[in-house]
Amino acid sequence: MKVIEAKKITEIVKLLCIEANYELPQDIFESLKERIKEETSPLGREILKDIVANAEIAKTQRMPICQDTGIVVVFVEIGQEVHIVNGNLEEAINEGVRLGYEEGYLRKSVVKSPILRINTGDNTPAIIHYHICEGNRFSITVMPKGAGSENMSALKMLKPSDGVEGIKNFVIETVEKAGPNACPPSIVGIGIGGDFELAPYLAKKALLRKVGERNTDEVIAQLEEELLQEINTLGVGPQGLGGSTTALDVHIETYPTHIASLPVAVNLGCHVTRHATFVL
Amino acid sequence: MMYKKVTTPLDEGIVNQLKAGDLILLSGEIYTARDEAHKRMIESLNRGEKLPFEIRNSVIYYVGPCPPKPGQVVGSCGPTTSGRMDKYTPVLIELGLKGMIGKGYRSKEVIEAMKKYKAVYFTAIGGAGALLAQKVKKAEIVAYEDLGTEAIYKFLVEDLPVIVTIDIYGNNLYEIEREKYKTNLKR
Repeated sequence: MKVIEAKKITEIVKLLCIEANYELPQDIFESLKERIKEETSPLGREILKDIVANAEIAKTQRMPICQDTGIVVVFVEIGQEVHIVNGNLEEAINEGVRLGYEEGYLRKSVVKSPILRINTGDNTPAIIHYHICEGNRFSITVMPKGAGSENMSALKMLKPSDGVEGIKNFVIETVEKAGPNACPPSIVGIGIGGDFELAPYLAKKALLRKVGERNTDEVIAQLEEELLQEINTLGVGPQGLGGSTTALDVHIETYPTHIASLPVAVNLGCHVTRHATFVL
Repeated sequence: MMYKKVTTPLDEGIVNQLKAGDLILLSGEIYTARDEAHKRMIESLNRGEKLPFEIRNSVIYYVGPCPPKPGQVVGSCGPTTSGRMDKYTPVLIELGLKGMIGKGYRSKEVIEAMKKYKAVYFTAIGGAGALLAQKVKKAEIVAYEDLGTEAIYKFLVEDLPVIVTIDIYGNNLYEIEREKYKTNLKR
């Protein structure tokens, strides 16, 4: 059995919040730099250069890459043999968010009630997903999610007869409709299968995969490639101002589903698809 | 690429010259306002009260900045999605608002008001908050301090890079450029 102090988790979450907001994951940064060479629009190239310069400024000056430092989505993988002591896990995570957003000079972007809309003042509560796994593993991933791309995300309950064509049409329509609002170039996270609630969760998790990595299932990997290629022919381009770089990558996660169902969720990630992980 | 220098306040003579696609380095005073500040401004107007700043010939930047670190003027401050302000915008344009800085689509009603009363829509790069913060030389709260990041600030900016995206003639760079680079024959 592994014993973890709740305050240790608070400390980790605090650091992950700051780290994720200041430093773009290396794979995304490299992909943006690559795309400058391939982009067909001169304005698109100019925009990509500024996006890369912005990430460099944020990293060296230790400041947020984007002012929308998001609502914090946390993925916790916790082994059956792990025991958290001296505190409540959920409160420990939220305390980490509170401290990270204060000490990191990050924007507080959470309102307490979706109707009354009063800011909670400390960016809590986080949205926390727990996954119980075997053994002693304890891993925590912090993903600050901005609203620009989140607001353009979508879910559709397709019919099984809609098939792959139906999935493609829905994904492409969603990306095209999102246009500049989602802050492209995007990372397109897609969840297929499960049910009404699992598909969007898979789509969000798909955003964590490294740019350039494919799903291990050959059929799904092929679909990712085809979608990426087609999305980049839409002309949307960097910031929606035209060009050949609308998406940096497309990631699909799947789950078994009901004989009558074909849920498809598209969670858009902007060019600042931030996340940071710590494994204890 | 070539940038044009423009200084606020904007008047009709200036906005007449701005065409969709122009790259601009904007200097001078601009005001920040996003969702809640817009809602309050419109509520004040409905009560017959004055707006908290001179709207004639002004520029509004749709932004909610990060808090400044010690020694910083402002934290990261890139544009937010403009469409959320569409509902409140035509009346502000009618009152003399000449420029807006944001990102993303505008409604038909906003574009019609821009054409009728001569206002221009600039976009800044969404997500480039750290880079744009370097261009803000002064920041002071003008109104609604209780809103935190959503308060109205007066920014003094120097060479803020923006793109004329919809001009007073209704030319829309989102539509023009996308058509040029669309190579998809199926859709």
